[in-house]
Amino acid sequence: MYDVVIIGAGITGTMLARDLSRYKLKVALIDKENDIADGATMANSAIVHTGYDPEDGTLKALLNPEGARIYDTLLDDLGCRYRTAGAYIAACGPEEEAHLDVLADRADRRGIPYEWLTGDEARRNEPNLNDQVTKVLNFYTTKIIYPWEVAIACAEVAVGNGVELYLNSPCTGIDKTESGYTVHTPEHDFETKLIVNAAGVCADQINAMVGKPRFEMRPKKGEYFVIDNNVHYVDHIIFPVPSAKGKGVLAVPTVYGNTLIGPNSDYIASTTDTGSSFQGLDYVRTNIVRIMKNAPLNRSIRNFAGLRPSSSVSDFIIEEAADAPGFVNAASIESPGLASAPAVSKYIIENILRDKLEWTENPDAVMTRERPVVMAELSEEERAEMIRKNPLYGRIICRCEQISEGEIVDCIRRPCGAHTVKGVKKRVRPGMGRCQGGFCEPRVLAILARELNISPLDVVLDSKASRILCQENR
Amino acid sequence: MRNYQAVIIGGGSAGLAAAVTLKQKGIEDILVLEKDGEAGGILNQCIHNGFGLQTFKEQLSGPAYAERFEDQAEQLNVEIKLNTMVTGLNAQRQITYVNPDEGYVTISADAVILAVGCYERSRGAVEIPGERPSGIYTAGQAQRYLNIDGYLVGKKVFILGSGDIGLIMARRMTLEGAKVYGVAELMPYSNGLPRNMKQCLEDFGIPLYLSHTVTKIYGHDRLEGIDIAKVGPDRKPVPGSEIHFDVDTLLLSVGLIPENHLGDEAGIEMDPRTRGPVVDESYMTGIRGIFACGNGLHVHDLVDFVSLQAARAAEGAARYIREGEPEGRTVNTAAGENVLYVVPGKIHTDNVPGHTEFFFRVRKPMDDAVLTVRAGSKVIRTVRKKKLIPSEMERLLLTQKQLTGLEGDLVIEVREN
Repeated sequence: MYDVVIIGAGITGTMLARDLSRYKLKVALIDKENDIADGATMANSAIVHTGYDPEDGTLKALLNPEGARIYDTLLDDLGCRYRTAGAYIAACGPEEEAHLDVLADRADRRGIPYEWLTGDEARRNEPNLNDQVTKVLNFYTTKIIYPWEVAIACAEVAVGNGVELYLNSPCTGIDKTESGYTVHTPEHDFETKLIVNAAGVCADQINAMVGKPRFEMRPKKGEYFVIDNNVHYVDHIIFPVPSAKGKGVLAVPTVYGNTLIGPNSDYIASTTDTGSSFQGLDYVRTNIVRIMKNAPLNRSIRNFAGLRPSSSVSDFIIEEAADAPGFVNAASIESPGLASAPAVSKYIIENILRDKLEWTENPDAVMTRERPVVMAELSEEERAEMIRKNPLYGRIICRCEQISEGEIVDCIRRPCGAHTVKGVKKRVRPGMGRCQGGFCEPRVLAILARELNISPLDVVLDSKASRILCQENR
Repeated sequence: MRNYQAVIIGGGSAGLAAAVTLKQKGIEDILVLEKDGEAGGILNQCIHNGFGLQTFKEQLSGPAYAERFEDQAEQLNVEIKLNTMVTGLNAQRQITYVNPDEGYVTISADAVILAVGCYERSRGAVEIPGERPSGIYTAGQAQRYLNIDGYLVGKKVFILGSGDIGLIMARRMTLEGAKVYGVAELMPYSNGLPRNMKQCLEDFGIPLYLSHTVTKIYGHDRLEGIDIAKVGPDRKPVPGSEIHFDVDTLLLSVGLIPENHLGDEAGIEMDPRTRGPVVDESYMTGIRGIFACGNGLHVHDLVDFVSLQAARAAEGAARYIREGEPEGRTVNTAAGENVLYVVPGKIHTDNVPGHTEFFFRVRKPMDDAVLTVRAGSKVIRTVRKKKLIPSEMERLLLTQKQLTGLEGDLVIEVREN
């Protein structure tokens, strides 16, 4: 009998799994995809917002500032890369400046630091800021991260402490039992006391398996350009003044020196359509000029689209379902869901699960993760030592980002390790560069086949059916 | 720090030719750094014929062509470090490389020759909307899987872009039993060499859709289909003109880009048109003692010209090692009307030994054209050309006399008669 089954291994599910793993509880983390963090956590703006934006009285307003504060130490504890880049909210003219005052007022009340800049001061730091920008509010503690890296790190910690991870395990049905629920997946049935539904865009479908959801998921698609990291475009995150439609089209530096430009924001009918479109990318192209100039879209190396798990409710839905005791929704975790995730997890434990379980700390639990070796981050001496111990760290596989075979092998062998080409890309980044894997993908595929002891024909890009090779030569 | 007379970065067709020429010119203390496990570069996966007609007057496969140069390099005792990636280059000609045996090592050189090759433009760079399943490859990637690793990537194939590697792969995959449904080209003319259009498409009955592009990708796991559509004069898709293909494979052959992150790091001035370094007639970049050649300088149509140009760069480097920098004034060259780019990007107008050869490409196909070279308003040379196409690199010789004492930029332009 499990104490908790968490459905969905995105940032919300993995964060909760890690926090639960501190205790002597039997926890299963299940996901329908072939890797951790394959949904909304994989495709977003990758920002830890400080919490000035949500309206008063919402769960978002409660959890975003707290989540951001937890990240201050959590990212180091998990060995995750981040940069405190700072976020410029850029206003053009008096009307938008008035809205900056609203944000500053919220920030004051929530204890979030900021500074004011004139348009000219801001342009001195960010020369590509549009000439129409008149005033800027700088939330200088805003961080940028690799969201999937954080989710993978949380899962590693959780699994290290005994949480069971089941990938390729879509929840196909849930039955009520005397002591809780049975969660059905194609290969396993899980008897559990409690369920946490962190299923992202599918949260309403999961809820409907136990009762009548009070919400309906309405995924919003966001499309982005990724700019080559040899183009230095912005140092800070640059936002327009937010509107009812969302946070607008931004320019966001990434932790490895690329720039994201996007997103648009369109409601779509499907929960699986993560395709980009001419219209969506055109919207980004024509709207970035509101606050930015010289947008280097001709140096785009990739575009992508992600689905925000938005719903008919404009706030996070974190509560036990009224008609299904022991079934807890962590749904509608749209922006600022990434920034709020550590606080969402804490909230679920403190406010919902607290009275439903026995909480005995596991003395052997290790809540931190040492950062995997990243050759580019080491000193000359450290690198020499790594190669002396293991020459694979001296064989460069990805020439754009200069990733060694040693790093790739390590990410495959670790707990919750990569077993797909995209999984390797998410963890150590070959294929993230300007050639997009044109050069390194065949090499990564060969390493995966060797390490997993499978035929190259069975190596997949991402999902189980996404084979890369079709047959041997005649 | 170990100093070499010359270090060549890249052991492909350009790097090998440069190494051989340096030795022949009496520069003995040289080193070639090659990232792969064998020399030859991209030639190793080009198992089709057609290499060497200019250089050896015979048809060779890519590996056979490379072998000719590898043999010469071996006879001349050229030192090649394999599995060695160069990770750093600075303006003082210090090079940092890494390999499994030595770890990270920094060396220096009197002259550095960049022979780093190019990479293929990817899906993101050409903005193909839709899902991101497996089954989408650059043509060179599929070529490597097939010719080096021994695997066919798919059976029902469409190709976007009429670049030469795509055309070669259309034939290659057909011969391996795949069905190639067609090639779509955004431009109203082909970007491949005429002989590849004939031998790889026409001879196999593979349709070419000019002024078309891929507008939609289907399939969440593996590619299941694509839509192509006609494009208007603005190169935007025309609604309603879509054609659907049920294919499991899409190859992209949409352009090659010189690989220049090392050059960027060293602070070498780049030509925004070629995306490679700006060089003078001796192939020296804007940084003293650093030379560039091959597809890392600008993308060539034939490997023979890569070898030829690399030899010239090596001659330039040898002269630099012995005599130092050429003196005297320089003028810039410029791509005039209907010309995409001109290499070299600048030339010395005095003390230039012998002829100087210029490489350029035209922007669009032209019949019965007049090519004019001028400096300021002074016309230096005019040449009648029956046919010019963008896929073929054009060459033009100017004599020492024609180049001496030039005033103003040297402009190459082409007009239809």
